[in-house]
Amino acid sequence: MSIEDTLRRTVAPPAFVAPANLIDVAYTTIDSPIGPLLLAATRRGLVRLGFATQDTDDLLDDMAHRLSPRVIEAPKRLDKVRRELDQYFAGRRHDFTTPLDWSLSKGFRQEVLKAVAAIPFGQVRSYKEMAKAAGSPNAVRAAGSACGSNPIPLIVPCHRVLGSDGGLHGYGGGLDVKRRLLTLEGVAFRE
Amino acid sequence: MGVELPPFQRLLDEHGAALYRFLYFKVGPFDAGDCYQETMVSALRAYPDLKSADNLRAWLFTIAHNKVIDRGRSSQRRPVPVATIPEQPAAAVDVDVRDDELWSAVKKLPDGQRDAVLFRFVGDLTYADVGATLGCTEAAARQRVKEGIAKLREAVK
Repeated sequence: MSIEDTLRRTVAPPAFVAPANLIDVAYTTIDSPIGPLLLAATRRGLVRLGFATQDTDDLLDDMAHRLSPRVIEAPKRLDKVRRELDQYFAGRRHDFTTPLDWSLSKGFRQEVLKAVAAIPFGQVRSYKEMAKAAGSPNAVRAAGSACGSNPIPLIVPCHRVLGSDGGLHGYGGGLDVKRRLLTLEGVAFRE
Repeated sequence: MGVELPPFQRLLDEHGAALYRFLYFKVGPFDAGDCYQETMVSALRAYPDLKSADNLRAWLFTIAHNKVIDRGRSSQRRPVPVATIPEQPAAAVDVDVRDDELWSAVKKLPDGQRDAVLFRFVGDLTYADVGATLGCTEAAARQRVKEGIAKLREAVK
């Protein structure tokens, strides 16, 4: 091996411990019965939950651009929500207590999602009802796209919103995931 | 928002190992870990105010370089003057050298040559970036690297 190659030979660096005040977005990835999930939180609360259908690098880039580039893998900061999700999937939890950061949704979409966040476990609403709850009864289509853009699915339970015919319509994590979540919650739906 | 910076975690993943290696040869095995931590904290603190996303690797190495100067470790080293520059083999020569032996040789290089060699081969920076970081021309950077490597070969053979 030459001097140059010996210099180039790398060894793993010690783990970098970022001071908590310099982590603007903490994230981790966890395994779940519906596949790997990305969890990300700011100091205000959980800001993003990503499904396996979404590219993790894209989600991290998006948060770096829209929130802060100080995005650091810091699993401990997500421990509480991870535990709550484990309990939810095990059928032992109906409500999440983790605080939410709504920064990634704006205006009417945020209004819709806040209404969605109030739908209890095991119940469903229609897109029309969500439009009405957000103050624009006629904006049914916009309510649908607000659910489609939900940055914190599962915790903000847009899987509990169905068409007025009781049909599944769409889901960011894929329709199969929506089926499984509704089944877990004991909800009947139309295929 | 002006410049779109990648998530800081990606900088750690892509450049952390080389940066740690650089610090190993700058301050030695005992202080490299602390210096690495301090460098990354400084980088993370300054990161959101960065005006350009170009060449983040060179930016990190500049911070590491300055961190070492701030810590005053440069003054603790005593470069051994070398009277004549040894003849240079054309191609890379095989040597069998341990990291700590190489470190001993690296720390005896004059500052300018040591930094140029480390930026070039540990940092994998271009000669233009080596020059920009050290405040000299690209040609001067090339010359310093050449002389530094020649001395290292002499020292470890």
